[in-house]
Amino acid sequence: MAGCVQLTLGPLLFHWPIEAKRDFYARIADEAPVDVVYLGEVVCSKRAPFSEPHYPEIAERLARAGKRVVFCSLAEVMLRRERQMTAELCALTDYEVEINDASGLAAIGGRPHRIGQFFNVYNEETLRHLVHNGATHFTLPAELPRDSVAILADAARACGVTLEVQAFGRTPLALSARCYHARAHGRVKDNCQFVCEEDPDGMVLSTLEGRDWLVINGVQTLSYPYLCLLDRIHGLQRIGVTHLRLLPHALDMIAVARLFRGVADGILEPAEAQTRLLASGAIPALTNGFCQS
Amino acid sequence: MSARPELVCPAGTPAALRDAVDAGADSVYCGFQNATNARNFPGLNFTAEELRTGVAYAHGRGAKVLLAINTFPPAGKFSLWRDAVDTGVALGVDAIIVADIGVASYAARTHPTQRLHLSVQASASSPEAIRYYCREFGVKRVVLPRILTVSEIKSIVSEIPCEIETFVFGNHGLMLEGRCSLTNYATGVSTNMDGVCSPAAQVRFEPAEGGALMSRLGDHAIDRFESGEKAGYPTICKGRYTTRCRQEPYYAFEEPVSLNLGPMLAELVRAGVNAFKIEGRQRSRAYVKRVVSAFRGGIDAVLEGREPNVGDLISLTEGQKQTEGAFKTKRWR
Repeated sequence: MAGCVQLTLGPLLFHWPIEAKRDFYARIADEAPVDVVYLGEVVCSKRAPFSEPHYPEIAERLARAGKRVVFCSLAEVMLRRERQMTAELCALTDYEVEINDASGLAAIGGRPHRIGQFFNVYNEETLRHLVHNGATHFTLPAELPRDSVAILADAARACGVTLEVQAFGRTPLALSARCYHARAHGRVKDNCQFVCEEDPDGMVLSTLEGRDWLVINGVQTLSYPYLCLLDRIHGLQRIGVTHLRLLPHALDMIAVARLFRGVADGILEPAEAQTRLLASGAIPALTNGFCQS
Repeated sequence: MSARPELVCPAGTPAALRDAVDAGADSVYCGFQNATNARNFPGLNFTAEELRTGVAYAHGRGAKVLLAINTFPPAGKFSLWRDAVDTGVALGVDAIIVADIGVASYAARTHPTQRLHLSVQASASSPEAIRYYCREFGVKRVVLPRILTVSEIKSIVSEIPCEIETFVFGNHGLMLEGRCSLTNYATGVSTNMDGVCSPAAQVRFEPAEGGALMSRLGDHAIDRFESGEKAGYPTICKGRYTTRCRQEPYYAFEEPVSLNLGPMLAELVRAGVNAFKIEGRQRSRAYVKRVVSAFRGGIDAVLEGREPNVGDLISLTEGQKQTEGAFKTKRWR
């Protein structure tokens, strides 16, 4: 099995200026050893209009470079514009779609689709039901214990679908209807003035004892440390995980992808790769997250 | 005006179940003593035998029993949830409140006549999401996440084929239920899989300098209370933190505050809400008696065309502060 795990670049969770986004994906297309690139706004529907006009060009460039492009749906859907966004996304025919909220399941109408990490797939019964609804690929929630991931990998194989877990980046922990970026600046979501753009990797919250602990990204809360499963790649491959997700951050993601590819291909030791990752100085802290065994 | 709305009350123990029924609950909700429900606290919840007695007590007085099986079974442990569903059906509960698609699928397939409600833990906040659960599992009622305004609820009512239940009183969590791993991140115990938010076993209050008290969850400082200040329970989304753009520590998510929609009952009935839920299976019998009685009076007043007055429940709220949360205005967001 070694060497056949695919690397994916997950959706960009943070709000970057469109120029930065276009440059980022251009470099990913040209240089990153990733097989799949997920595009689209997952966290906040207010941000979407900045990027939408540019997606056709970004997606085409990635596809031309041999990347499989998948468009992601919002993780939280309640407003009219969010329902509309989800419906339009689910009507896409040129690209695959990843669904992150049950709203999308109604709209997709049984056509093949992926299920994202914001959708609660915790057990084989759920996986099988969603396969029956047309799901072909699953990215599991980050908090699932490894033993459960192994069982789900078996179930996925039996159903003929593929399985992905997050392997790099701050771990998504919670979603809310309230924008905590706006709140920190004395505003509310409706007049946020896109203040989240100031924090390309999120806004750090520290405890009263000065320990950096959580990160705010609009309505989302993430872990402060970056999840890094370099030393688990072979184990995850062995239990049947087929794809590893790298979540984009404002650092050299090409270098990150190369380290993960090198370890997956057996040409780089995990410890050496981790040392190089930390040597860049761009990552404040690493964790192996909820993955406890 | 729609049909008479139902008052849905918490029953953390058999005694609380009787109190709630006696105080005027139309239905009570409860769970088994394990990870299958979202209030898996020591000393709380029902054995199968206690539930059998509870169902008999409630049914004898015209009240319904709703069984919460509303957590997410991790692969490898599904049988605990399957057994809970089978037991609930055998005991004749009036509805099972589910969140997980696998559990809903099992229940609908195995017990096609059993009424299912969709838990708030499923975070179904759009008509499309709700319709998905209705179509797939025949869900008859959805418990809405506490993130919508009354006018948004009203518009959902007109677009879905099932009943709507909303919370009206109690703990006011800030995160979308079923989508929050903060407790797991802090303690290694999962809200979704273990049914626990801020587990008491990992809560500590420690003296800090100047006579202050520091509240902790696991190793993490959540809040600090000056001498004489009432110390609140350390929940991550009600904690105080510092950040670059703020001079002082602040409540980054929300202050310790409880939901109280007593003053909005008439509006909610007009919006077409079918059932009003009181949170608090972990609370005392005194809480259950007072809050259930107050809301019974409030709902009856609305139905009789009077102004509802749920009285002063402030002493029962977290931090002795109450809010109408997202229900009143979009500015809450």
